Amino acid sequence: MGDRPAEVRIHDFLEVDTGFSPEEAIAEANRCLQCKKPACVDGCPVNINIPVFIAEIAEGNFANAAVSIKTQNMLPAICGRVCPQETQCEILCILGNKDKPIRIGQLERFAADEERRTGIKPQDKKPSTGKRVAVIGSGPAGITAAGELAREGHSVVMYESLHLPGGVLTYGIPAFRLPKDVVNAELDQVLKLGVEVKLNHFVGKSVSLSELLTYDAVMLGTGAGLPYFMNIPGEHLNGVYSANEFLTRVNLMHADQFPRFDTPIAKASRVVVVGGGNVAMDAARTARRMGAKVTLVYRRRSEDLPARLAEIHHAEEEGIEFITCANPTRILGEQVVTGVECVRMQMCELDASGRPAAKPIDGDTFTLDCDVVIQAIGQGPNPVLVREIEGIERGRAGNVIADGDGKTSHPKIFAAGDVTTGAATVILAMGGAKKAAQSICSYLTSK
Amino acid sequence: MYTIEKSNEIADKIFEIWVDAPHVARNAQAGQFVIIRIDETGERIPLTISRARGDLVRIVFMAVGKTTHALAAIKPGGNIADIVGPLGHPSEVKSWGTCVIVGGGAGISSTPCIAEALKKAGNKVIGIIGARNAGMLIFEDEMREICDELHVTTDDGSKGRHGFAADVLKETVADQKIDAVWIIGPAIMMKITSMATRDKGIKTFVSLNPIMVDGTGMCGSCRCQVAGKTVFACVDGPEFDAHEVDFDLLMQRQRYYMEQEKEAIALWNQHGCSCAEGK
Repeated sequence: MGDRPAEVRIHDFLEVDTGFSPEEAIAEANRCLQCKKPACVDGCPVNINIPVFIAEIAEGNFANAAVSIKTQNMLPAICGRVCPQETQCEILCILGNKDKPIRIGQLERFAADEERRTGIKPQDKKPSTGKRVAVIGSGPAGITAAGELAREGHSVVMYESLHLPGGVLTYGIPAFRLPKDVVNAELDQVLKLGVEVKLNHFVGKSVSLSELLTYDAVMLGTGAGLPYFMNIPGEHLNGVYSANEFLTRVNLMHADQFPRFDTPIAKASRVVVVGGGNVAMDAARTARRMGAKVTLVYRRRSEDLPARLAEIHHAEEEGIEFITCANPTRILGEQVVTGVECVRMQMCELDASGRPAAKPIDGDTFTLDCDVVIQAIGQGPNPVLVREIEGIERGRAGNVIADGDGKTSHPKIFAAGDVTTGAATVILAMGGAKKAAQSICSYLTSK
Repeated sequence: MYTIEKSNEIADKIFEIWVDAPHVARNAQAGQFVIIRIDETGERIPLTISRARGDLVRIVFMAVGKTTHALAAIKPGGNIADIVGPLGHPSEVKSWGTCVIVGGGAGISSTPCIAEALKKAGNKVIGIIGARNAGMLIFEDEMREICDELHVTTDDGSKGRHGFAADVLKETVADQKIDAVWIIGPAIMMKITSMATRDKGIKTFVSLNPIMVDGTGMCGSCRCQVAGKTVFACVDGPEFDAHEVDFDLLMQRQRYYMEQEKEAIALWNQHGCSCAEGK
């Protein structure tokens, strides 16, 4: 197991981490203490029975391991790759006190990959209930809810506005971190439960709200697709992208293969990425693979970077230059970007997020030359459908207010994922979607 | 896959296609648009909805780049991979009083639909349609049927009045009380034509056509400046107050991929199809 060498992988979009071999997986699984009260399970937003599936791997029963995971999580190959295990299950592993915690994420991924290699067993499903549920959005929240609801025997129609399903798994996360055949294989499992997916349907426009409400229940999983911009001068110059646009052009539209694919993208030699989350890392590493020299500018300290440590490490290995405690104030250029003016930041007292507040140091500025700027400073909930639903309660950021069980102020409408929380992780969206699906089931049976 | 039921060259390099897309057709309203993708390697491009009838959506475009040339080459019965819509807000149709609808070039394609909706809402509707020459004029008959008055202009004088639609609009607003104006055409034409109503403070809408990718507010590619604020043409528009739009910025952003567009069309011309060897 290990990462492909940086000097090789920056020339392609193949997966960086090659995963465990069977021998490595068994050896790692054998380290598990099989705790009677496993703390790791508490850290898992979808409650995978971690000791059980690890014990199966230790015994060499890889197929059983996959079956065990999938009772709780239908997307193990995806979660094994993109979950922040280090802050969820692995951080609670008792072995972490003395040694290294069990690599739970790698083992989950291994079990799923083995199953995919040897043939996936179809999921069981309950007899039809005759109830119809509309799921809006086919990202992590939508897929999870659709799968759970279909297993319970409900008839599910999943709506997607793009021409491919998967949401952020398809348009956002690059293939070097999440190969698209992995996404497709797990999505297929959900569709095989009888979930109908309607692509090119923008709900609220292609499907009216009244038509939507003819379903017995509605699950909103529309995500956080609205990109934020910094509102600094020069943002309208050609060469300024939101991370969403940059990643969509490459991941969904294959602009890196222009002109074989028709979608164009800037031919950049120097790129500045603004932000420090996983999306910023994805954008920086994508730009690097397209041949650019990449600098990432983050306003706080390196220890405050919100991205996963592994992603930061991978980005560093791939030659991304990090400038921390700095923030862009102006994008320079006539019609096309030529550079970014930044100001150095000083760290002050802790703010509400528990991190030091960053304040600009007046006059302490510097300029970076570049031809593309990618802003990866966060996304908000996509407002288009939500603002058309009369009476649905919304938060200040435009997010749908839902309780811990995914219930909104509208009796028929449930919501989960980034549309309720703002931009978060794949697994949190899935955890929320599972609860919302349970709520939908009890709502449908009580009706 | 979505079938193209009809396809015609209705003027010089201007094509109309009727696509079988019930999910778009059943909710389409005047002023909205679609995004289409021709095939697996295609790009997503926004095009205005010209009309909807039953399950069919009419789309009109000028063959200028690779995608529009490829679209024009699809024979009736052929398919496109994707069409999503209707997207954007519909035109602000209400009882305004007297409205003028100005269409320029291929932009005339969306005028019959808007004119018809305004007419139904009880407005008096004056149409002004202009093209470079007689051979590029479209939908004169449709507009004549709907509008209370129709004026035709050509830049070279080959049909109707010799001159620009802006000239007729200037005279119209000088002669009578006009309550709302729509101008739809190339960015430069919308910029210049909307000057005719600025001094009089007449409510004037233009339909912006920046580069888009998803069309659902997700990428921010189509951002424009309107009244000093950043808006996304796909979900906040496509129609905006003409007197508040930064047209120079719109044109600057429209030109962004000019080099790549030239490369793509050169490849297309060399090979004349979208098969793999041509790419």
